Amino acid sequence: MAERSRILKVRDLDVSFKTTNGSVSAVRGVNFDLYKGETVAIVGESGSGKSVTVKTIMGIKSNNESIDSGTVEFTYNGDNGETVTEDLAKLTPREMQRRIKGKRIAMVFQDPMTSLDPTMSIERQMCEGMRYHFKMSRKEASQRALELLQQVGIEDAEKRLKNYPHQLSGGMRQRVVIAIALSCNPELLICDEPTTALDVTIQARILELIMKLQEERGISVIFITHDLGVVAKVADYVNVMYAGKIVEKGTVDDIFYDPRHPYTWGLLSSMPDTSTHDDRLYTIPGSPPNLINNITGDAFAVRNPYAMNIDFRREPPMFRINDHHEAATWLLAEGAPHVEMPETLKRRIEKAKKEAEEYGAV
Amino acid sequence: MEQSDRGYSVRVPGREGETPLLSVRGLRQYFRVSRRFTCKAVDDVSFDIYRGETYGLVGESGSGKSTTGRSIIRLYEPTTGSINFDGMDISGDMDAARRGQLHTKMQMIFQDPMASLNPRRKVIDTVAMGLDVHHLCSGREDREQKVYSILEKVGLAQEHANRYPHQFSGGQRQRIGIARALITNPDLIIADEAISALDVSIQAQVVNLMKDIQQETGTAYLFIAHDLSMVKYISSRIGVLHLGHLVETGTTEDIFNAPVHPYTRSLLSAIPHTNPIVEKHRHAVVYDYESSGINYDEGTYHNVSDTHAVLATDAEFEQWKKG
Amino acid sequence: MDETFNPAASAPDDFRPATGDHREEEQKAFVNQSYWHDVFHRFCANKGAVIGLIFIVLILLFAIFGPMLSHYSYRTVDPLSTNLKPRIPGLEKLGIFSGYNDSVSTAYHYFGTDNLGRDLFTRVAQGTRVSFEIAGLAVLCDVLLGVVYGLVSGYFGGKVDMVMQRITEVLNSIPTMIVVTLLLLIIKPGMGSIIIAMMLTGWINMSRIVRAQVLKVKEQEFVLAANTIGDTNRNIIFKEILPNAMGQIIVTFMFSIPNAIFMEAFLAFIGLGIPAPMASLGSLINDGYKSAMIYPHMILSPVIILALLMLSFNLFADGLRDAIDPQMKQI
Repeated sequence: MAERSRILKVRDLDVSFKTTNGSVSAVRGVNFDLYKGETVAIVGESGSGKSVTVKTIMGIKSNNESIDSGTVEFTYNGDNGETVTEDLAKLTPREMQRRIKGKRIAMVFQDPMTSLDPTMSIERQMCEGMRYHFKMSRKEASQRALELLQQVGIEDAEKRLKNYPHQLSGGMRQRVVIAIALSCNPELLICDEPTTALDVTIQARILELIMKLQEERGISVIFITHDLGVVAKVADYVNVMYAGKIVEKGTVDDIFYDPRHPYTWGLLSSMPDTSTHDDRLYTIPGSPPNLINNITGDAFAVRNPYAMNIDFRREPPMFRINDHHEAATWLLAEGAPHVEMPETLKRRIEKAKKEAEEYGAV
Repeated sequence: MEQSDRGYSVRVPGREGETPLLSVRGLRQYFRVSRRFTCKAVDDVSFDIYRGETYGLVGESGSGKSTTGRSIIRLYEPTTGSINFDGMDISGDMDAARRGQLHTKMQMIFQDPMASLNPRRKVIDTVAMGLDVHHLCSGREDREQKVYSILEKVGLAQEHANRYPHQFSGGQRQRIGIARALITNPDLIIADEAISALDVSIQAQVVNLMKDIQQETGTAYLFIAHDLSMVKYISSRIGVLHLGHLVETGTTEDIFNAPVHPYTRSLLSAIPHTNPIVEKHRHAVVYDYESSGINYDEGTYHNVSDTHAVLATDAEFEQWKKG
Repeated sequence: MDETFNPAASAPDDFRPATGDHREEEQKAFVNQSYWHDVFHRFCANKGAVIGLIFIVLILLFAIFGPMLSHYSYRTVDPLSTNLKPRIPGLEKLGIFSGYNDSVSTAYHYFGTDNLGRDLFTRVAQGTRVSFEIAGLAVLCDVLLGVVYGLVSGYFGGKVDMVMQRITEVLNSIPTMIVVTLLLLIIKPGMGSIIIAMMLTGWINMSRIVRAQVLKVKEQEFVLAANTIGDTNRNIIFKEILPNAMGQIIVTFMFSIPNAIFMEAFLAFIGLGIPAPMASLGSLINDGYKSAMIYPHMILSPVIILALLMLSFNLFADGLRDAIDPQMKQI
C-alpha cells in the first residue's frame, strides 16, 4: 500500500456567528484529516455545521462569522516544487485568493442554477481562473477549456463553450462547474452537496464523473452530503457530524457495516432501503438543537433513546474502536452498559453484508 | 384533441368491482409559453386511486408530476381530459356545491415548509382556514377545540397554536401543513413532494405520521416524489412519469422487482444503496430519450400482468418483455 | 482518542439510562421572537436611520407645539417690527443672534421677522405644520389608491392586469408639473386643491411597488394552499397577500412623504402654493427669496428646516427599508 501523505489537518476548529440574539456556535471543536488521493465524506443534517466547516477551509466567511480557535493545516506543492504547509485559518483573504483559492483548493457548490454567472459565456467563465492564476493567454486558456469540457463528458464541447448558462441543463451546468473547479489543477476538491439539486439519474452520472476524475488526477476530495447512499458510493472515509461536532469517524465500511454512535444508527435507520419491508421506519425523535444555547453534555442526548445520565452531564470524548474508527459516545466507555443497535438496522446490515460477499470480503 | 386513455386498463388487487375514489383519464395540461412554443407539461396521463390507498407518482424534474397533482386539485384548468372524484366530474366547470365538495374532500400538502405557511398568520388561523372558509365550526370554542385535536394528532402541542411559523423547524412546519389539510376530513390528500425539503431523519418522522393518519382516518394519498426509496416505503401502487407521459404503472412489487420500461429501469438503477461495497461496484444504466428511438406519443398501454401496465408500441413491448 | 477518566470523579449513576424528562430542553430550541423584533434591532443598528428618526420627531414637535408656545400669531402684522434679525435670549450675549434693525422694538423674535413684521418662528412652525398636513394627506390618499390598484392588478393578472397597467403608463407619461400647474390655474390654490393636485399621479409609484410584491407573494405556496382550501379572492388578497407586502408599503410610504413635501414647496415657490396669510415651508421660502440678498435670515430658517426634514425622512426610510428587507451584505 502506497505511503499515505496527509494534505489536510484540521484541529479544534471552533466557528461562531454573531446574531441579534446572541452567538451561535456552528462548529464546536472539529478534528479531521485528509490524505492524498482519498475521498472524505462529511455527513450531517441541517445545522450540523458541515458546510461551515468546509467554507472555513476555503476561506469563505460571512461578516458576522469568526473563527474562534483551531488550525487548518494544508500541505501542498509550492510554486517552486517544494512542499509547503500552511495554516489556512491564519492567512489573510488576499493571500488565500492568490495562493489557495481555485489554484490549490477548488469548490463545487450545490445549486448549479446559481453557481454560474448568467451574463458570461461558458468560455469566459472557464478561462477566468486560468488567466488569473497562470497568466495564460486567451487562446491557450480557451484550448484548455475545450479539453476540460470534453473530459467532463460534455458532447459538442465547441458549441457549448459559446453558450450561456441558461442554455444548459442542470446536469450539464454542474459538469461545467466541475470543469471550472479542475481548470487550475487543484490538489483538493471540495464538493458541497453537488448532486442534491439534481435528478437521481443525473446524480449517478455526476458522481461517477467525480470519481473517475479523482482517480485520473490523484486529487483528494471532501464530499459533503446528507444522502447516505451517495456516501456509500463515493467515500473512503466518513465523518458524521451533529450539532457542530464530529460524532463518529471511520472508513466507509466501518460506518455502514459497524456503526457505533446512536445518531449514526438513527440516520441509517431513517433511510428506507429499497429492500425495507418494515411497517414503520425507525426515526430519531425531535429536531436538531438550536446552537445559540450553550449545551451541557452530549448535544444528541435529548434525542437519544439510549441516553444515560452522564450524557446530560459531560460531553463524551472520542473513543477509539480501532485504528481507523472512532466514535464520541459514552456507550463506548468502560462501565457503560452493553447496548446493541436496533434490531431492524442489525438485520439490514446482515443482509447488506451478505450481498457484499459477492464482491469480495467485507 | 380527442380524449383518450390509450387502452389503460389496470386492475387493483382486492378492489375489483369498487369504483375508484379518483379516476383520471387522458389528462393533458399544456401551457402556452409563446406563439410558437407550447409546454406540454402533462401529456395524456391516466390512473386511478382507490379509497384509503397510497398511489406514488414518481418522476424527475420536468416529468409533470407536480403539474398533474395541481391540475387534479384544479389549481390549473386542465387542457383536456376527465377527472372523476368521488362520483363527480371535476374536470370542467363546477358549480358552487361541487367546488365546496372539492375543496373540503381533497387537500394538498406542499413542498417548501418555509413557504407553505403564511408568515404573518398564527398557526391556529392557518390550520383553521378550512373550517373558516366552509363554515364548519359552531363558534370560537369549537374552532379552538378542533384545531387543538388536529395539532395533537400531528404530534404538536396545544400551546403551539398561538405561535408564528418562523418559530418552528422545517419538520414542524410540515406537520402544521398536514394539520391544515386534515382539518376538513378529506378523502384524498395530494402530497406534492411534501418531504423533499426536509432532513433525512425528519422525513422519516413525517412519513410515519402520514402512515398513522391513513390508518386512523382512511385517507388516500397521491404521493408525488422523486425519491424512489421513500415512495416504495409508503405506496402500495406506483406510476412512473417521464416528460409528461405515464410510462409504467403497477403495484410496488411490480415496479421494483420487475420493471419493464427502460426509463424505469434506469431510474431504479440510479438509486444509491447504503451498501458501500456493492455500491462502489455498481454502475447506473443510462437512458436517453432523445437517442433511444422511442416516441411516447405513439405508445399505448400494454399489460404485463393485470396490475402492471407499460406504455409502449407493440414492437417495443415485445422487446422489453424479454430483457 | 482514549480517555481514561477517574471513575471516582463521576457520579455512580452516570451510566444509568436517563429519565425521560429532558424533552422540554427541546422546547427551548426555538426562540420566541417576532418578525418585527428583528426589524427593530436591525433598524436600531443603523445610526443614520436613528438620527433621522430623532430629527423627524423633533421637527414634528416643533411644528405641533411651536405656534402654541410662541406669543405671536402667524398672521399678526406689525409694521413696527419689520425685517428684524433673529434675536435669541441668552445667545445674544455671545454676539450672535442679537437682533438689531432699523426699528426700536425690544422684543425677542427667535427667527426674526419678515417684511410685514410677522414673527418668523411662529410662521415657520405653522408652515411646517401645513406642509406636514398637505404632504401627509396627499400621501395617504396615494397609498390607499395605489395599494388597492396594485393588489387588484397584480393578483388577477392576465387581461385585467394588462389593461390596468396600460392606464397607469398613459397617466404616467403626462408630465406631472404640467398637469398640476394647469389644474391649479383652473381651481384656485387652497389646501384642498393642492392635495388633489398632488394626489393625481403620486399613486402610480405605490401601485407599481405593490404590484411587484403581489406578483412575488402570489406564487408562494401558502397562497396556493389558500386556493386549494377554496378561500375567496378577496380574503386571499387582504389576509394572505397584503400582510406580506406591508413592509414594502410602509417603506414606500415613508419615502413618498419627503417627495410630497418638496413638491408642495416647489409649487409654492412657483406661486401656486398656499395663499397668504397661511404659510407653508414653500411659500415662506418664496417670500424670503425676494429679500434673500439683504435679509438672509428670512430664507434661511425655512430652508434649513426643509432640508433637515428631507434628509431625515430619507435616512429614516432608507434605514427602514434595510431593516425590513435586509440585503445579502455577506461574501
